[in-house]
Amino acid sequence: MILFQLFISMLKIGAFAFGGGYAIIALLENEFVTKRTWIDHDEFMNVVAIAESTPGPIAINVATYIGYKLMGIFGAVVATVGVCLPSFIIMYAVSLFYESFMDISIVTAAFRGVQICVVYLIASAALKMLKKMKKTPRNIAVFAVTFGGMTACTIFDFRISSIIFIFTAGVVGLLAFLINKKNKEAKK
Amino acid sequence: MIYLQLFLTFLKVGTFAFGGGYAMLSLIGDSVLAYGWMTEEELLNFAGVETVIPGPIAVNMATFIGYEQGGFLGALLATVGVVLPSFVIIIIVAAMIKNLMKYPAVNAFIAGMRPALGGLILATAATMGLTVLFGLESISSSISFDWRTIVILVVIIAVPTVYKKLVKKEFSPVLLILVSAVFGILFFA
Repeated sequence: MILFQLFISMLKIGAFAFGGGYAIIALLENEFVTKRTWIDHDEFMNVVAIAESTPGPIAINVATYIGYKLMGIFGAVVATVGVCLPSFIIMYAVSLFYESFMDISIVTAAFRGVQICVVYLIASAALKMLKKMKKTPRNIAVFAVTFGGMTACTIFDFRISSIIFIFTAGVVGLLAFLINKKNKEAKK
Repeated sequence: MIYLQLFLTFLKVGTFAFGGGYAMLSLIGDSVLAYGWMTEEELLNFAGVETVIPGPIAVNMATFIGYEQGGFLGALLATVGVVLPSFVIIIIVAAMIKNLMKYPAVNAFIAGMRPALGGLILATAATMGLTVLFGLESISSSISFDWRTIVILVVIIAVPTVYKKLVKKEFSPVLLILVSAVFGILFFA
């Protein structure tokens, strides 16, 4: 039964995941953390962090992980197929009518609305993370620097991979931990 | 052997595409242009179409190019190829994570990455917001402003906020996307 639920949930997420990776994260969190409580917020955040630092689409990484956690390899396969299937079918259909699809004005109009919604969903996912983040000076600084840095890079058309920010933040976390440990040992 | 070529090309893309969507787009772009599967202009057009189609960019790209080059089987092989590397890597990570999290150093590294993630996501929202709301794509473009966009934005913010006050539950993001599509048609069609 869980397997069926997992498949349906993933299918739904795959079908409504407009706007790429980060928008999907908002949907995944709503479905699996808030609604189904299959995974808690802390673990979810760890998975997203890991998904960002391993190759491949974030949404698929997170889906595979959740499937594996719930039902092992079989769950992972079901979740991954579920999340990919809608875009495969939709994209396949679009390929068949590619030229005429873009000419339908009602489709473009609908998507001007959806784009605004995607901005809202991504912003609310980020604000939720900010709310649940432990407000230590280091966390606040890392958050502010990545936000400012990435925004500035995009505005000034300077392509820099997000992976650099994330890895640097991981290294900063590791260094802070090692320095702390050393200080404690020195006190002893 | 177009099928093998498609599969291997997308396997490579899936293996080296760190950092999500746009990294993927440039990586796919390189291979696709090199094989002459698409022209630069077709690629740009596709990036535009991509924004109105749900699902991961990588899967959409793989399905589309696979279909163009090799029909249904091509689409299937390209899609499986692009998904397979992350699938295998995540299974390995998921199987090991309980043991790995026992080490405080690993914990510190992953916990350290998390605030950066929030910052990146907010930055994505901010830059997308500038483009969608004000037509601002880079520092050099001029600001254009459409009152209909603001009305839709207000609706999109108001609906889940009011719903949460009244029903004490989160408004489904899927429903919100549908609502926004309806308003898009009402205002822009």
